[in-house]
Amino acid sequence: MNNKFSLKGMLKQNVVVLLFLTLTVGGIMVSELSFPHIMTELVTRIGRNTFLVLSLIIPIIAGVGLNFGIVVGAMAGQIGLIFITYYGIDGIGGLFVAALVSTPLALFFGYLTAKLYNNTKGQEMIAGLIVGFFANGIYQFFFLFIIGAVIPVSHAMVKPDGVGLRNTIAMGSKYGEGIKYAIDNIIKMNLWQFIILLGMFLILHTIIMQYYIKKRAEQSIEKKTIIFRLILGVLVIITPIMVLSFGNYQLATIKVPLVSLALIAVLCLFNVLIMKTKLGQNFRAIGRSQHIASVAGINVDKTRMIAIILSTVFAAWGQIIFLQNIGTMNTYGSHMQVGMFAIASILIGGATVSNANIWHAIIGVILFQSVFIVSPTAGKALFGDPQIGEFFRAFVVYGVIGVALCLHAWKKVKKTISKNEGEQEEIE
Amino acid sequence: MSRIIKAIGIPRLIITALFIAVLLTGFGLGMPMNMFASDVVKRVGMYGLLTLAMVPSIQSGTGPNFALPIGIMAGLLGMVISLEIFYFLDLNGIYTVATVESQPWWYTSDGNIQFGYSMAIFATAILIAIPIAVLAGFGYGKLLNLIKGSEMSIAPYMGFSAVQFMCIVWIVAPFKNTGIKWPLGPGLRNTFILDQTFGKSLNGFLMFNIKVGPHKFIEIPTGLLLFFFLSCYLVYLFTKSKRGTEILAGGMNPKFAQASGVNIDSGRVVANILSTVLGAVGIIVYSQSFGFAQLYGGPLMMAFPAVAAVLIGGATAKRAQVSHVIIGTLLFQGLLTVALPVANELLPGSNLSEILRMIVQNGIILYALTKVNREGQ
Repeated sequence: MNNKFSLKGMLKQNVVVLLFLTLTVGGIMVSELSFPHIMTELVTRIGRNTFLVLSLIIPIIAGVGLNFGIVVGAMAGQIGLIFITYYGIDGIGGLFVAALVSTPLALFFGYLTAKLYNNTKGQEMIAGLIVGFFANGIYQFFFLFIIGAVIPVSHAMVKPDGVGLRNTIAMGSKYGEGIKYAIDNIIKMNLWQFIILLGMFLILHTIIMQYYIKKRAEQSIEKKTIIFRLILGVLVIITPIMVLSFGNYQLATIKVPLVSLALIAVLCLFNVLIMKTKLGQNFRAIGRSQHIASVAGINVDKTRMIAIILSTVFAAWGQIIFLQNIGTMNTYGSHMQVGMFAIASILIGGATVSNANIWHAIIGVILFQSVFIVSPTAGKALFGDPQIGEFFRAFVVYGVIGVALCLHAWKKVKKTISKNEGEQEEIE
Repeated sequence: MSRIIKAIGIPRLIITALFIAVLLTGFGLGMPMNMFASDVVKRVGMYGLLTLAMVPSIQSGTGPNFALPIGIMAGLLGMVISLEIFYFLDLNGIYTVATVESQPWWYTSDGNIQFGYSMAIFATAILIAIPIAVLAGFGYGKLLNLIKGSEMSIAPYMGFSAVQFMCIVWIVAPFKNTGIKWPLGPGLRNTFILDQTFGKSLNGFLMFNIKVGPHKFIEIPTGLLLFFFLSCYLVYLFTKSKRGTEILAGGMNPKFAQASGVNIDSGRVVANILSTVLGAVGIIVYSQSFGFAQLYGGPLMMAFPAVAAVLIGGATAKRAQVSHVIIGTLLFQGLLTVALPVANELLPGSNLSEILRMIVQNGIILYALTKVNREGQ
């Protein structure tokens, strides 16, 4: 945590976030969508997308960059879902089996991707993009051709002519309740209650941390920060009560999928805790400098491999969570946009190619999905055509990724130039 | 033997073997080989220029031009502006559509538009597209100079963003030509047919048939091939010129070239301008041969087949020649052209040829990427 609080520094650091915050607020204002509607959509989208976005963090810290290869992980997740559909396993048990089936696949796919990345050092991000396309070819070859033509399968999800799977698959058993909302519907809580709980948690956390740190007497958090956090906590508690007391009953009925959010919280916790282990320190070390890390005795290739494998497995699980919310799987399309959207999200949240944390992921999902929700209606309101909003959205996705990559590369070039100049001065 | 294999390269051997296998399968199934030959020749001309666009950028050291859609957008812009101009000329009676009942013997066309008229639209499209492409390529080249070492990672997103940005332009641009805009609502159409404008204008020029049997012909689109080979020759001349050699030197060994007084940065800009211009002209040639123009998301992924083709032809991410373009386009596009009907004959509606394209195209790019760090360091 940065103890020195300077407005200018903060603005400069969060320029991307602020830009998209403005865009989102502006979009909400012109789109004329009702606030409860936006909130309902947003809560759903946060629940289904955040896990996938969180899967990007470890490779970024380990210096591999934006892992476009999570598409491969998403495919593993879908294979798990196809498996449970074939055996007609429903509900949360089905999803558990799907996760179980997809994990070894994701480990294997992640291993292959990591091997590729280690062979294409410096070009991981284009390699990741292409490996997604390539894997998609193999995936289609398997599910459009091998299934049916080589392995005879009789199931409702196979196309009428018996070769290949249908384009859309209703997951789970045919006659049961399926797997739609299997995780989301376990426990649902009202949004306003959830927010109040969140605020209480924030206050409690601040107090406990303060107590804990004082006891260890290592470093204390500045008083200002503590007061800021406490005020924030109180505000978080008061806001829903205020809003509801104005009589907006629609807002009161919005539900939060508690278990999905809990899973996200667990992954957040994992991402934070792993950084405190030896492995996490190795990730950070190779992210800073592969050369220094290898001199210090870290096996760079192996550590990179672990980072990519973890990311791929999380992506597989993330795709399962994503699709249980959607309900039907677009067999040949659901995985394709995963990488782009997740990466655009985390970048909008303020992450860079070499630095990311869980807050970047969470803020990014909120902002990106808000832009997603409002852009068609905003496009219609501003230009009379919803398509413009959609094109703008896609432009934002690619543009944000492009700009982030450019900034990263530019910094790298500047660094090497200054290093070279330094060397020259030494020679002189 | 192993020397020969090494000289040809394993990926090229695999793809050649695949091509021959598909051809033999087609022959065994009794499919019309003369049709295959006609289609392959046409496809080579169609995709040739887009593949050729890879040569200058690879030679300059910026890697295959994954941002080819920037050039393609310039070409499409030139095309729709040209169509708009001729629509207005026609509307105001300045230069009216010259339709003819029958074309001269040296010109074959789908529509009934006179050769001179369709050629005028074609040439105007290119003339408008080139300055736009030069500007875009200049900006893109300048950007690449800021981010040396990461060109290949950034390029696809520059291309993608260009396509998405132009999607907005296609909708809001105030075009009036009823042939290219939606009859209702704003914006240009997704695809529009070119047979009443400049479709097949190059293909049809001096087109002739080679008789290979009773009622069997191989169609040779002479104009298209001439244009392609002429462009290849011009690019070849450029690479042999003083500037071209400097660019090549800068791409192969930047430090050495810098030491010998070569301005690498400007060389990279020039090479990328050339690449972008080739992309722009390439899409116009492509569209006239295809007979349709595709706007919006159509060109989003067009860079990848072009990159794959030049790599299959024997180029690497750091070295490329014009000969690689010709060999690679013939092999890759030939394979895809023949695989489509053969796969459909074997397994109707299986999409097998599209799957083959995905695997071959992306496999060869991945293969080339794994070689980047090992060569020329």
